[in-house]
Amino acid sequence: MDIATLLFSALYQFGDAFAFLVLSACGLAVIFGMMGVINLAHGEFIMCGAYVTASTAHAGLPLPLAIAAGAVVSALVGALVELVVVRHLYDRPLDTIVATWGLSLIATQGTLIAVGSTMAGVGTPFGSFQVGHYSYSIYRLVLFGAALGVLAGLYMLFNWTRFGVLARATIQVPHMAAALGVDTRLIYSLTFACGAGLAGLAGGLYAPTMTLVPTMGATFIMEAFVTVVIGGADVFLGTAPAGAVLAVVKSAMTSWQGQLFGQIGLLVAVIIVVRVLPKGISGFLLRERT
Amino acid sequence: MNGLLVFLRRLEGPQTVGHGRAFWIVFAIVLAGACAYPLVADGYTVGNTAYFFVWVFIALSLCLIWGYGGSLSFGQTAFFGIAGYGYGVLTINFGSAYGFTLIALLLAIAIAALFALLLGYFMFFGRIAGVFLGIVTLAVTLMFERFMAQTAGPEWHIGAARLNGFNGMSAMPPITIPWFGEDIVLFADIGLYYFVLGLLVVVYLSLRILMNSAFGNVIVAIRENPERAEMLGYDIRKYQLITFVIGAALAGLSGVLYTAWGQYITPSSMGMTAAALPLIWVAVGGRSDLTSTVIGTLVVLSAFQALTIYGSQYALVFMGVLLVLTVLIAPNGLVLAVMNLLSRLATRGKEGKR
Repeated sequence: MDIATLLFSALYQFGDAFAFLVLSACGLAVIFGMMGVINLAHGEFIMCGAYVTASTAHAGLPLPLAIAAGAVVSALVGALVELVVVRHLYDRPLDTIVATWGLSLIATQGTLIAVGSTMAGVGTPFGSFQVGHYSYSIYRLVLFGAALGVLAGLYMLFNWTRFGVLARATIQVPHMAAALGVDTRLIYSLTFACGAGLAGLAGGLYAPTMTLVPTMGATFIMEAFVTVVIGGADVFLGTAPAGAVLAVVKSAMTSWQGQLFGQIGLLVAVIIVVRVLPKGISGFLLRERT
Repeated sequence: MNGLLVFLRRLEGPQTVGHGRAFWIVFAIVLAGACAYPLVADGYTVGNTAYFFVWVFIALSLCLIWGYGGSLSFGQTAFFGIAGYGYGVLTINFGSAYGFTLIALLLAIAIAALFALLLGYFMFFGRIAGVFLGIVTLAVTLMFERFMAQTAGPEWHIGAARLNGFNGMSAMPPITIPWFGEDIVLFADIGLYYFVLGLLVVVYLSLRILMNSAFGNVIVAIRENPERAEMLGYDIRKYQLITFVIGAALAGLSGVLYTAWGQYITPSSMGMTAAALPLIWVAVGGRSDLTSTVIGTLVVLSAFQALTIYGSQYALVFMGVLLVLTVLIAPNGLVLAVMNLLSRLATRGKEGKR
C-alpha cells in the first residue's frame, strides 16, 4: 500500500467519524446552546427520524424526500414535547434531564410495543468505489457532505435570518429580548423543534446504514453527548471543532484497536478535556477572543 | 458516654424528615415488623423482599449524591456493575472458604469507590457541574455496558473467571459467614434477608447521622448555592468528591448484594434501563430525604414487579409516565409530599390541643 492510499483511507475514516459526530450532536447542541437544557430523549428523536424515513421509503417515496419527511416529523414531535413537558421545566435544568429521560423510556418501549423489535431497513444507495485494495461506500461521502451542509445551513439560519437574530438575542439576555418584544417562548419552542428536527435528519441520513431497532438511539447518544460536552454551548465554535478533534481520536483508535476502543478513546478524551477546559472548546475560544 | 449521646442526637436534624417520639415509635414498629416478616411468609417471598432491599442501597446512594449533593449522577449503575463484577471475579477465583466472601464484598466495594475517586477527581476538580456531570457519568455507564457486552470470547477472563460477554457471569458463591462448626451460607431466602436488613438499618441510620452532621450541612449548602459555600471557605470540590465516593461505595454494596443474591451479573444491569430505574425510585419517592427514598424505592419496586407480572412490556412505559408526571407535578417526590403533609397535620393537631 502506498502513501496516497493510506492517506486517503485515514481521511475517509476521519470524514466518516466527523460526519457521525457532527450530525448526531448538532441537534443536541442547538437545544443546549439555546436553553442550557440537555435533551436525553435526543436518541429517540433520531430513532423517530430513522423509522419515518424507512417507512416512507418503503411506501415509495424517494430517499431524499423520505429523509426530509423524517426530519419534519421529528421536528413536529419535538414541538409537541416542548409544549407538553419541557416548557414547564426551563428554570430546572436537572429536572429536564430526568423528564426527557422518562420520555426516552416511554418512546423506546412504546416503539417496541407498537412496531416490534425490528423494522425492515433501507438499502444503502450509491454503491462503492475502489481506492487501492479497499472499497469505500459513496454514501459515507454523502454523509460527510451532509454534515458540512448542516453546519453551513445552521450558520446561515442563525446569522442571516430574522429568526437567527432573535434567537441569538434570546440566548444572550432572555429578559432583555423579551422586554424588546421578542416572543421568547415561541423562540424556545422553535429552537427545540429545530433541534429535534436535526436529530430526525441524522436518523434519516443514517437509516440506510444501520439496522432499525427501538434502542438504536443509544448508539448515537454517547457520541452526541461527548461532542456537546467537549464543544460547549456554541454550535460553530464548539460542535464543529469538537467533532473534528474527536473524529481524529475516534478514527485513530478505531483503526488501531477496533470500534470499542474508538469509543473508549472518545470517553477518555472527554474526561481529560473537561478537566483542562471546563467550559468546552467554545468557552476556551470565546475567552481567548475577548 | 456524653460523646455518644451527642452522636446519637444527630439521628434527627434539619436535613432529615421525621423526628420526635412518634417517628421513632413508628420506626421501631416497622423494624419489628420487618424482623418478624420471615416468620409469616414463605422462603421465596422473603428472598424476593431481600431483593427489594438490595436495591435500596443504590437508591440511597443516588439520594445522597443527587438529592442532598445536587449533582445528578448516572454513574451509580456503573459502580453497581463494577462492584458486582468485582465480587464475581474475586469469589470465583478464591472461593468462599474462611469468610473470604465478606472480604470480597469489602474489596469489591473498595474497587468501585476507587474508580469513583478517579472519575470524581477529573469531574469535580474540573468543575464539572449540573447537566454536564449527568452526561459524563451516563457516558461512562454506557461505555462500561458496551465494554462488558463484548467480552464474550475465552480471551476475556480474569484468573479463573470468564466474563462471558452479554450472558454475564454466574455461579459465584453466595455470601458465607464463617461460624463455629459450620459456615452459614446466605442463600437468597431468610439468611440473606436478615443480613441485608441489618445492613440496611445500619446504613440508613449512619446516613441520617452523616447528613445531620457538619459534613451533611456543608453538602446541602453546596447544593443550595455552591458559590456561597465556597466564599464561606469550604473547598466544595473535596466535599463533592467525598460524597461521590461514599455514594459509589453504597451503589457498589448494592451491586455486590445483587450479585450474591442471584449469583449472576450481566452487562444489561449497567444499561440505559438499569440506570433509569434507580432514578425513578428516588425521584418518585423524594430525592432530598432518606426516609422517603427508602419508602419510595420499596413501593415503586413492588408496583413495578406487580406490573411486570400482568403486562411486562407496558411496565416500563408506565415507569416513564410516572417519572415525567412526578417531575412535572410533584418535583420533590410523591412520598416526601405525603410525609410533609402528615407532619404538618400532626403539628397542627398539637397546636389545636393547646
